[in-house]
Amino acid sequence: MEHIRTPKVEQVKLLDRFSNKSVIGTLHLTATHLIFVESNSTSAQEIWILHHHIASMEKLSLTTSGCPLLIQCRNFRLVHFVIPRERDCHDIYSSLLRLLRPVSYDELYAFSYNPKQNDQQREEGWQLIDLAAEFERMGVPCDQWQLTDVNREYKRLPPNICIGLVKSVLPHLLCFYNVLQGGKCLYLFVSCLQAAVCRCSQPLSGFSARCLEDEHMLQAISKANHNSRYIYVMDTRPKLNALANRAAGKGYENEDNYSNIRFQFVGIENIHVMRGSLQKLLEVVGTRSLSMTDYLVGLENSGWLRHIKAIMDAAIFLAKAVTVEGASVLVHCSDGWDRTAQVCALGSLLMDPYYRTIKGFMVLIEKDWISFGHKFADRCDQLDPDQKEVSPIFTQFLECVWQLTEQFPQAFEFSEWFLIQIHEHVHSCQFGNFLGNSQRQREVLQLKERTYSLWAHLLSEKQNYMNPVYSPSFAESHPVLEPSTQACHFKFWRNMYHQYDRSMHPRQSILKQVLTFKESNRELEGTVQALKTKLQKFGVSTSPLKPQTPPRDQEAREDAPASTDGERTVEGSSATENGYGELTGSFGSKNEPAVVTLEFGVARMTC
Amino acid sequence: MEFAELIKTPRVDGVVLRRPFMPTVEGTLCLTGHHLILSSRQDNTEELWLLHANIDSTEKRFVGSLGTIIVKCKDLRVIQLDIPGMEECLNIASSIEALSTLDSVSLMYPFFYRPLFEVIEDGWQSFVPEESFKDLESMTDEWRLSEVNKDFSVCPSYPSLLTVPRDIDDESLCKAASFRHGGRFPVLSYYHKKNGMVIMRAAQPLTGTNGRRCKEDEKLINATLCAGKRGYIIDTRTIAVAQQAKARGGGFEQEANYPQWRRIHKAIERSNVLQDSLIKLVEACNDQSHSMDRWLSKLEASNWQSNVKEILTTACLAAQCIDREGASVLVHGTEGTDSTLQVTSLAQIILDPACRTIRGFEVLIEREWLQAGHPFQQRCAQSAYSNGKLRSEAPVFLLFLDCVWQILRQFPCSFQFNENLLIMLFEHAYASQFGTFLGNCVAERGKLQLSQKTVSLWSWVNRPQELERFLNPLYEPNNLVIWPSVAPQSLLLWEGVFLRWNRSTKCLDEAYQEMVHIIEYNKELQNKVNSLRRQLAQLETEDKMVADLK
Repeated sequence: MEHIRTPKVEQVKLLDRFSNKSVIGTLHLTATHLIFVESNSTSAQEIWILHHHIASMEKLSLTTSGCPLLIQCRNFRLVHFVIPRERDCHDIYSSLLRLLRPVSYDELYAFSYNPKQNDQQREEGWQLIDLAAEFERMGVPCDQWQLTDVNREYKRLPPNICIGLVKSVLPHLLCFYNVLQGGKCLYLFVSCLQAAVCRCSQPLSGFSARCLEDEHMLQAISKANHNSRYIYVMDTRPKLNALANRAAGKGYENEDNYSNIRFQFVGIENIHVMRGSLQKLLEVVGTRSLSMTDYLVGLENSGWLRHIKAIMDAAIFLAKAVTVEGASVLVHCSDGWDRTAQVCALGSLLMDPYYRTIKGFMVLIEKDWISFGHKFADRCDQLDPDQKEVSPIFTQFLECVWQLTEQFPQAFEFSEWFLIQIHEHVHSCQFGNFLGNSQRQREVLQLKERTYSLWAHLLSEKQNYMNPVYSPSFAESHPVLEPSTQACHFKFWRNMYHQYDRSMHPRQSILKQVLTFKESNRELEGTVQALKTKLQKFGVSTSPLKPQTPPRDQEAREDAPASTDGERTVEGSSATENGYGELTGSFGSKNEPAVVTLEFGVARMTC
Repeated sequence: MEFAELIKTPRVDGVVLRRPFMPTVEGTLCLTGHHLILSSRQDNTEELWLLHANIDSTEKRFVGSLGTIIVKCKDLRVIQLDIPGMEECLNIASSIEALSTLDSVSLMYPFFYRPLFEVIEDGWQSFVPEESFKDLESMTDEWRLSEVNKDFSVCPSYPSLLTVPRDIDDESLCKAASFRHGGRFPVLSYYHKKNGMVIMRAAQPLTGTNGRRCKEDEKLINATLCAGKRGYIIDTRTIAVAQQAKARGGGFEQEANYPQWRRIHKAIERSNVLQDSLIKLVEACNDQSHSMDRWLSKLEASNWQSNVKEILTTACLAAQCIDREGASVLVHGTEGTDSTLQVTSLAQIILDPACRTIRGFEVLIEREWLQAGHPFQQRCAQSAYSNGKLRSEAPVFLLFLDCVWQILRQFPCSFQFNENLLIMLFEHAYASQFGTFLGNCVAERGKLQLSQKTVSLWSWVNRPQELERFLNPLYEPNNLVIWPSVAPQSLLLWEGVFLRWNRSTKCLDEAYQEMVHIIEYNKELQNKVNSLRRQLAQLETEDKMVADLK
């Protein structure tokens, strides 16, 4: 609190990003949030911005109406305040500057956040997603593969956990392997074809170095799979990058030294290119009165969708190698925690329907991203930022999943709101899951004792993230997803990158509407049951209602069904807000107060 | 002329049909006067029935004696026919070529088509101008129905009955007509119930280089303004294009002569540019190269999405003038048969909830497109695969449908119809068994005797069996004005039309069915609850009566 110089500033103007609209309100600064409360009592919009979400701030030059302060958030919110007095603006600015640069992990919101749960609830929350149970689901360990705790002390390797397996007869098996040499850390997916997906970092080959143990290791993996005589080695980097790494004593596998490998470059760019790409994208879509030409040219120049497609292509290659050829695949990039995580996680999602459920998706993230040491703290700029380490690697993964949900609307148990909410909390530092860079660091921080788990929070709100048209039987007909990779099927994810720009969204949401219907169906089924029970008391036998979906909740409800018509408000819809054109001069435009109802799950702030 | 003369080889066996995302079919190819038919002669295999009129262009290739004809259709589908035998292939190709480019309208399929369904409601009689005028009359007495164009002599492209200000006599109308391109003097397009403001449409005024003026024209449009009120003239051309038009005798309204009107220029593209845009867009969509940069740059270069944005923006502007500024609007471009109609009809969809029902939308198309004289036959003669020999083809109507789809996407619960209706209209505008879209204006349709000799599309669409396919399960009447977003991020590529044949829609269709299913189940449950409640209430009353008696 000692950093807050001005806790409250009145008469602050909030400018809309894309139109000429503005509202007046009061700005509050707390230890965790920056809060804007609109003065207009009828609409009284509130904006809560978590300090951790602020990516950058800019004080623009003084204008007649005050001092403008531009705040860009990591969840793609951009707010433009005009503070009447320069001094207040400076105070807010410098207070925030200190608040959004926490020096130690202890300062992160997760350590002060308390959802009013006791210790037992907290513990239960952390146990919801259990990797040990996940191995059990996959039938590991078994006669062919065993777990190893060689990395128990996190000493031998970059901080990762490690478990080794070699073969399983069970379908859809995911596991970890660890070799001592070359910093390899393997992770296996063994399908019913007994093919395995392994992950590691680049070999320290340089121009000529060899490591016999490493070569034997690969051979062992290859031999464990009787279906295929060869093993694919996917280097997810562009060839040029891999070659450049050679000079630093790293590099890629030499096909002459490894027997029966098929080496393949995939060409996903590195974290710096991705960071630049997102920056360009946001710059383009943040332009006011953007023309269609500038938008499409900007989209192309940013390269963003090209990168998304490259990741998807790599994951499809992986899935095909395993499911069609029955071959094992070893995936690596440079460090093995960025591109490798993207490709392995997405590949698993394509191959195993379990990961397309809400819980399965949490397991996938926990396993492929968190436990394998994706450097969330660095990539998401949690602490003491080195801007060169920041990169939207995880965001890209979420977007790839979204692209899949667009092509396969029935394959996923969750909707895009789930993905957006996860994205929100990866950056919020409100829950412990994503803090730190590695498993070791998380243990040191005692996250499980001192913070809460996001997964418990999300599961408690599961209803909001459901995909109403999800069909569990889809998994049976499509165990492996085969998305189209034609460029025209990749779309700009407006609901992510413009999640706070309500004026760009459809004014009525099909998703929300169908969810309401689904919820209403559940309640009505209960009502029917209750009415039948009552009728039976009168000795009337009723014909059983054939539920087309199995009733999940048999709890009798007496009350009338909630309004099934749902909300059909046309939200935030006004002509002036859309800025169609230039009606000026003697014909002044009238502004109409637009009621902006923040749609649940999209623009909601948990606090 | 006998069609048989054009058919050199009526039947070929062993033809293989290849279509993307569908299994190949081998069977017998038959050519009739109006159809290309492929049948496998097996019960369960799908047959191909393709109207010759639907064929946009063909290409032939030979490998040895195996000939291949690639048929590109106006609905954007591309199919491949492998025909054994060079002579057969050449004969088939030349027959298709001849049959798909018949010049005479009266040889078109609608004149030969006999419906297999009973016509319950004749679509030719469904939309009578007198009917809609009655509605108008109940709201205001400032307008009248004029028969000045009874014999189509004042304006050949207008219908015989027109709604004009009550105070303007027919003589003035004739004078105003002589001052407007093609005789298209300002007429009523839409009356906004809420505030009595109107949209009018016309063609450009013929001011020429020496600034001609016409008192009657000025009086005519001023008659629509209330005392002290001002209005907007939306010229769909840029000021530069409008200036150039002066040299050819056209022009725009001078401020000095129309002091009560403020002119706004927008930049909606002209027909040949639009056709080019469509050709480029479809080429981009059919590109199988899988390169993201190539796709985006081709999509951009086609300019299609820019056109959608510009048209929608102009329509929103017109609607904004009416609803927000409380000012009347006159819309025109050059001829008043293309961009003008896009703007006036889209503005009505934004403003008037009635246009968002199926019936209302049909009325809108009938009134603002067919009766208003959009030259369908010229514009839709060729589609995206046309090569070279273009006359006046342009996807003006398709762009309008695309814009409607954009609004539908943004307000998915506010329309009684779904995307299928829009796609169906696109198909039938280009090739159809129905006579509705034949001819270029009311006068031509009268001469062709379409209402006697052909079946109306509406007779078919309005059958309950067909309507079901076009209903939007999410529809909930919404009486508000709906303001769509025109930000580029909010406008999408209309995949249902442009990627329709380049993707497998099975997953999307099934998801849609599931949504329909959830909503239907909800209705069913509601009914069930209501009937159980009634039953219970009855029993309880009876019970109480028994208790009371005791």
